Amino acid sequence: MNAIKFLFAAYIATWVIHGVYVGTLVRRFGRLRRELKELGKGK
Amino acid sequence: MKRLFPILSVLTAIFLAYALYLALVKAPTDALQGDVYRIIYYHVPSAWTAFLLFFINFIASVQYLASAKSSRQTAAKWIVIAVGVVGVVVTFLPQVQEQLKSFGMRPSALATTVVLIPVTYFLVGKWFPGERMDVLAVTTAEVGVVFCTIVLVTGPIWARPVWGIWWAPGDIRLTSTLVLWLIYVSYLILRRFSNSAQTQMLAAALAVFGALDVPLVYFSIWFFRTQHPQPVIGGGGSMDPRMLDVLLISWMAFLCFAFLVCWSRFRLELLHREVEQAHAMESLAGAEVRAGVSLPLNRRAQ
Amino acid sequence: MNFWAVTLATLRKDIRLEWRSKDALNSMLFFSLLVVVIFSFSFDPLAEESRHIVGGLVWVAFLFAAVVALNQTWARELRNQVLDAYRVSPAPANALFLAKAAGNFVFVSLLEALMTPLFVIFYNLRVLGPGWQLIPITVFGTWALVVNGTFFAAMSVRTRSRELMLPLLLFPISIPAVIAMVAGTTAILTGEESAHFYIVLLLTYDVVFTTACLGLFETILHAE
Repeated sequence: MNAIKFLFAAYIATWVIHGVYVGTLVRRFGRLRRELKELGKGK
Repeated sequence: MKRLFPILSVLTAIFLAYALYLALVKAPTDALQGDVYRIIYYHVPSAWTAFLLFFINFIASVQYLASAKSSRQTAAKWIVIAVGVVGVVVTFLPQVQEQLKSFGMRPSALATTVVLIPVTYFLVGKWFPGERMDVLAVTTAEVGVVFCTIVLVTGPIWARPVWGIWWAPGDIRLTSTLVLWLIYVSYLILRRFSNSAQTQMLAAALAVFGALDVPLVYFSIWFFRTQHPQPVIGGGGSMDPRMLDVLLISWMAFLCFAFLVCWSRFRLELLHREVEQAHAMESLAGAEVRAGVSLPLNRRAQ
Repeated sequence: MNFWAVTLATLRKDIRLEWRSKDALNSMLFFSLLVVVIFSFSFDPLAEESRHIVGGLVWVAFLFAAVVALNQTWARELRNQVLDAYRVSPAPANALFLAKAAGNFVFVSLLEALMTPLFVIFYNLRVLGPGWQLIPITVFGTWALVVNGTFFAAMSVRTRSRELMLPLLLFPISIPAVIAMVAGTTAILTGEESAHFYIVLLLTYDVVFTTACLGLFETILHAE
């Protein structure tokens, strides 16, 4: 029954990787939006 | 469009939860491996998704290279059609079928892949004209690397309890997946480290080199004995149909998820280029005001 | 001037430049000498199993040393805007590429010819298999490294942090060639299996990538 640990480890690892990637996407979106707003203000 | 994204996200989340329920509860337990085998419901769909994304990246890169010259574009179009036709005809020759079986590939699977080449080629050309083709290439490469990472992480986690080792060096599918991952990571590094104007051509050329490399990697390791279980579809290995159903549903769920992630990444890249353009325009306008001339060459460091 | 005249002229110019400065050759030689010495400390070179390892060691040393010469290929042309002059000149781009690749082939082969005796002495090597097969493996293997290396050097010279970029691009693509070289060399040294498969594989690799490089080099050179 020790093997079940590996199963959960794999599933959790999958979602952690996806979560981290989606998180970086969201962060990059936020930064770009801010930059675009600042550019618009500059005019 | 704005409304569509959250709706699709919710639907995908439900779909993924359903796939998870099927994978953990509904799917029968494997007689030999016990419950650990359920890792394949994440491992195999991730692998298929990654390969599909890399395939799209390759097609988009070829087309981007071809679009540089109109004569080359016509030639590439006919070559792609010829590859599709010849590839399908060849897989039906009995000698070739024998050969393929000795490599562990099913002819029908190969024929489908070959047909996909011209189909994808023309769809990519139709839906992603010009600059968008390059954006598509970035998107698929990056999301493909994420999925490929998951394959490379979940693989050893499965191998440890079943084979007793984390990694089987010299195994054909492990090593070629790893090399594919390395190639695409170097592709992303090239994209980061290059000046914007030339990057796109250089990256497209690298993608073509990578695609040429993969079969060679496969054959270079072909000599070794392979530990990996035969591919589920196209391998000749047999699988409980109930397991196969769950696997396919899981793949569909992951494809929907990959589509959403790709969509976001695509929009991010478009936004990124828009911001870069705005920066360039602003510095141009600023230079004009300061110098009183409309020549970009007069821009001076302040 | 026709295609081959351009190729020969560029090749002669590169070899003469290298002959006068010997920059790349000296640094490659010293680098691979260091690899030989350092590895000879890290495991017992006289042990019987060193025969199994040394094939990999030789090629890794040559691969890393070759990067030195490859990085110089185009960096040298950046001074005084020579590369831009090439781009506007009517000389065929592929002639330039072939000359550069052939030049690198000469340099790396020279390095191998000078270093191989040292490996033999340090690791007390005796060939148990058919020794003449090492020649096709070396020739095809060196060309495999050099043809892609020249191409990727032309790519990395256009990026920021040029010297860093080349190995990052070159090594993943070279993996099948390195596998074939290492496994083939080990097979010949130990005499345990035939190296024919690896020679054919290297030849295939050479044909595929030489074609690809010649097909795409013009695009890379003129990419804007």
